[in-house]
Amino acid sequence: MAYEMIVLTNMLIAILFAQSLNLITGFCGQVSLGHAAFLGIGAYTSAMLTKSGLPLVATFIPAMVIAGTIGLFVGAASLRVRHDFLAITTMGVSFLFTGIIRKQDMLGGEMGIAGIPSPEGGRVGLLLMALCLTILFIIVMIYIKRSWMGYVFDSIAEDEDTASIIGIDVRRFKLFAFILGTAGAGLAGALYAHQVRFIGPDSFGFVESVTVLSMVIVGGIGSIWGVTIAAALLSVMPQFFQVIDDYKLLVYGMLLFLAMRFLPEGLGGLTKTFRKDRGQT
Amino acid sequence: MLAIEILIQGLIQGSIYALIALGLTLVYGLLRILHVAHASLFTLGGYLGVLITNATGSLFLALLLAMIIVGFVGMASYRILYYPILSRPPLIALIASIGIFIASEEVFRIIFGPFSISYISPPLQNQIDVFSGIMLSEARIMVVLLAFILLLGMNWLARQTRLGIATRASVVDPDMAMSSGVNVETIRYSIFFIGSAFAAAAGVMVSLLNNLVEPTMGAVPSYKALAIIVLGGLGSVRGALIASLMLGVIESFGTIYFGNLLDRDSLAFAFLILVLMIRPKGIFTKG
Repeated sequence: MAYEMIVLTNMLIAILFAQSLNLITGFCGQVSLGHAAFLGIGAYTSAMLTKSGLPLVATFIPAMVIAGTIGLFVGAASLRVRHDFLAITTMGVSFLFTGIIRKQDMLGGEMGIAGIPSPEGGRVGLLLMALCLTILFIIVMIYIKRSWMGYVFDSIAEDEDTASIIGIDVRRFKLFAFILGTAGAGLAGALYAHQVRFIGPDSFGFVESVTVLSMVIVGGIGSIWGVTIAAALLSVMPQFFQVIDDYKLLVYGMLLFLAMRFLPEGLGGLTKTFRKDRGQT
Repeated sequence: MLAIEILIQGLIQGSIYALIALGLTLVYGLLRILHVAHASLFTLGGYLGVLITNATGSLFLALLLAMIIVGFVGMASYRILYYPILSRPPLIALIASIGIFIASEEVFRIIFGPFSISYISPPLQNQIDVFSGIMLSEARIMVVLLAFILLLGMNWLARQTRLGIATRASVVDPDMAMSSGVNVETIRYSIFFIGSAFAAAAGVMVSLLNNLVEPTMGAVPSYKALAIIVLGGLGSVRGALIASLMLGVIESFGTIYFGNLLDRDSLAFAFLILVLMIRPKGIFTKG
């Protein structure tokens, strides 16, 4: 039972993490290749706090606030660049984060932080917390998508110049997406740190950022359900492929390529025609 | 004296970056795609360099063969990887490319084994006194010379030949070039061949400098080359070359003076972000 619970918790954290990126990349159309940095910020914040004696629940808010604040700065910087330039800038953020962490002895440096205390309520408690927070975040996402803010995000993702011409304060909404998205990643990081109980700079590198971006893209950009399913599948996939451990990344890379080749709109794209029939897009 | 040595070190590193970044920026100019899988070709070049040298004893032959073989692999990568998804948004191609890159590291691991491979008898390791006491190995001098020759050849190709003119036309305006009778597909295949061959040359050079090749050797150069072509203004060849040398020098000074704050790789990206904040479209882009 313990194994299934670990897999399930992993899956939920992956879903939360992928949804937080979905808000930035999917809803608002801003590509981020450095999202794992914010998972890392949340994880480090939470781990440092629980190691100093706070209960895990009390670290959620600090983890979100710190990740969101740094997200605000990255977002503000990202306002200056677009498209491919944005992708590369956010990739830089990912490398900058691991580079800084590596040199901070306070944060364990190269060695990382070990011996993160077990969350209160043990594995079950963590699973329940992950479940509640993920559902909560998805509800917020659905609410945003259905509110007029969702339409604003759509218009920015579609064509931000036109959006600003019709009077939308593009900068403000982009920043909002960045803050909420990175705070969500920080939350996922807090859970992640206590799931694996050991974190280091390499847990939050570029490959992890690409992994989460691929969850969003395989799921179908902006599709809440598509991304949920993709994150769930892609996060448990390595467990299935554990048997042929050597080929894990090979299978994963090929899957990314094939998904882009044959299913460029992602899983969410599959249902799109169906939804169009019902008068929704 | 130390400063000059650091400067030379930076220029050597910069020449290698230039060889990698050239293919990337050409591909970006033509297709508007960030060709991450370019780094796989760099790694392949390194492996071929070591294996062929060890088998035949001739570094020159290895370099030549590596460039030709990798050039063809590059053409195949265009046909298989990008050609079917050209009409999709660039992000799709970027993700597909990252997928291929991740998979390729694994393929190298499976074919060549997880451990590094070295030259049996490393060629060009003699130290030469270049000027007033600065010693450089022959390999380092060869890196700079080779980069210089290749880039000069590239410049001649771009300025003096029909292929070069047609390529520049396709970069500026593909539709117009096509209607003037330029076969854009031929151009793309040629550019992939040349760019990949240059990446292979860089791979061989790096294998020579470090005297080893390993499956993951492409990771850092590939991300840095992306940073370089962004710094130089995407698609600009001259910008990419200047940015390569600049980054090489900045890195080698930076690791000395800021080494306790940031590691070498994040230094490059800190510089990149700083520049992009001031000039959001790269240093050498007008407007």
